[in-house]
Amino acid sequence: MTKLEIAKTVNRSVIQRLLRSWGGGLSLLVLVTLLGLALLVNFGIIGFDPIAQTPQDRLQSPNLTYLFGTDQFGRDIFSRVLSGVGSSALIAAVAVIIAAVFGTLIGLVGGFYRGVADVVGTGVTNILFAFPPLLLALTLASVLDRNWFTVALAIGVVYIPIFARVTRGPVLSLREIEFVRAARSTGMNSIGIMFRHVLPNIYSIAIIQIALSLSWAVLTEAALSFLGLGSPPPAASLGSMIYEARTLVLIAPWTLWAPGAVIVIFVVALNLLGDSLRNILDPRSKEGQ
Amino acid sequence: MRRILQSGALRKTTGAFATLVGVAVFVFFMLRAIPGDAISASLGTEAAGLTQAQRQALEEYYGLDQSLPEQFFSWLGNLFQGNLGFSVRAQETVLDLTISALPVTFQLAVFAILLALGIGVPIGMLAASRVGKPRDIFGQALSLLGLSVPAFLLATTLLTYFAVNFGFNPNGLGYKTFFEDPSVNLQQMLLPTVVLAFGISAPIIRTARAAVLEIRSQDFIRTAKAKGVPTRTLQFKHILRNALIPIVTMTGLQFGYLLGGAVVIEQIFSLPGVGRQVLMGIQQKEYALVQSTVLVIAAAFVIINLLTDLLYRAIDPRVRAE
Repeated sequence: MTKLEIAKTVNRSVIQRLLRSWGGGLSLLVLVTLLGLALLVNFGIIGFDPIAQTPQDRLQSPNLTYLFGTDQFGRDIFSRVLSGVGSSALIAAVAVIIAAVFGTLIGLVGGFYRGVADVVGTGVTNILFAFPPLLLALTLASVLDRNWFTVALAIGVVYIPIFARVTRGPVLSLREIEFVRAARSTGMNSIGIMFRHVLPNIYSIAIIQIALSLSWAVLTEAALSFLGLGSPPPAASLGSMIYEARTLVLIAPWTLWAPGAVIVIFVVALNLLGDSLRNILDPRSKEGQ
Repeated sequence: MRRILQSGALRKTTGAFATLVGVAVFVFFMLRAIPGDAISASLGTEAAGLTQAQRQALEEYYGLDQSLPEQFFSWLGNLFQGNLGFSVRAQETVLDLTISALPVTFQLAVFAILLALGIGVPIGMLAASRVGKPRDIFGQALSLLGLSVPAFLLATTLLTYFAVNFGFNPNGLGYKTFFEDPSVNLQQMLLPTVVLAFGISAPIIRTARAAVLEIRSQDFIRTAKAKGVPTRTLQFKHILRNALIPIVTMTGLQFGYLLGGAVVIEQIFSLPGVGRQVLMGIQQKEYALVQSTVLVIAAAFVIINLLTDLLYRAIDPRVRAE
């Protein structure tokens, strides 16, 4: 099985097959529910204002008004958890887009032109790979001004080399393939060949990687905000909620389990989605070989 | 030796060295991206009260009056002489701090890797032995959870649970090295090891399962079965030995991640390792400390990756042939 055979394009049947596989269907259902609820909370249609404090209602256990209870400031945990899901989804999505765009470009240009571009691209990739991922994200987040975009940027930079590495290999074989040579012989310029003929053939590789990276980005965002390096307070974030819950867990266990359970469900769904997509798009990983 | 040279090891080593130089440049300029300068960063609002002369003296002290390339090369020159800088808060050189922090992280990483291999390899092999059956589903579910449960959540939960129900909180006391007090040290390492191993066992289960499945379908296994090799010998001598190659690669990679990736766990369990040192540097705005420690960790990471690479070039002739 060559790398090229994996690199077939994504079409409508992929989504149908994804919905039909139990992992893909279940994960999409969970993700749509979570993100839908997050949007509803965000627009104030359900729940409470996630940062509004009602001191007289503080540390209430889960009840019909406050589904997941309230925290030490009387803020509704249900709304805070969902608002946290929303912001972590936004940060993870932007981070993965940054990584996918720059990483794929480095891999594409380096693999296609070879020479200096490739040496520089591979060098940058190797340098970024030399850092343990969380450490790099942590250091980057600490030197940048603190807001949700810089957190996404810090996480995205860490994932650039993965995208560069997974796309460069297939591009190296694609540049020698007949239809690319044919395009070249018709006098098409190299930028046109790169974007019209090579790029579409590495889409599926990039999509698998995007799906697999999302769960990691969510976990990293949570770890950063647990360490106090995520989006600044009072914005709700799953990591900082768990950090605050450490001291409250004995008197108000729901402050820990609510964000904890939601983040595990969220990440499990993302991982299942990534695995199912890979099973469908990557013939190497067919089950039961 | 000749075997190593022929294997492209020399090229790999020079490559790793070039990467290290690049890493040093990257770390240096990354920390120059901090808004403001090192003086206002470390003094905070007090920096506004400095007289012109005081500021100049401080700039000279920190080397900020030099150009960026000059600053870079003087930092690099100092590094080669073992001068990693000085931590004002700790009143110790960064070198001394790092020398006492590295063994903590290293011990934790080794324990976590050993436990993860002990859990991951057997479960991965068992899962592969009956694809789609309960034991496979169990293995896959376990690895999915390992990939999905945040380490800090598991750590916080275990820490609270054991402290409340069993009064077990060895990490609440000051950290003891293994040589100072082996029993306390091992107790302090117990929960962090379990948390980290749970996370790392997930990729190991997946790698082991995939490797066993791939190897089992190859011709030499069919031949071995046909000539009547007993199942036990087949499992261990034929399958496991070949499956070890991807497992070793994955283990090396995870070990490198642990050197810096244990930040959160070291923080939660108050273990004075290198990850926590970086975090302290960040929180107290001691950027000399951050800069040098991050570089040391990255260097260790590059060296471990190089060693893993050389190791399996020596083990597996197919890698050399590429």
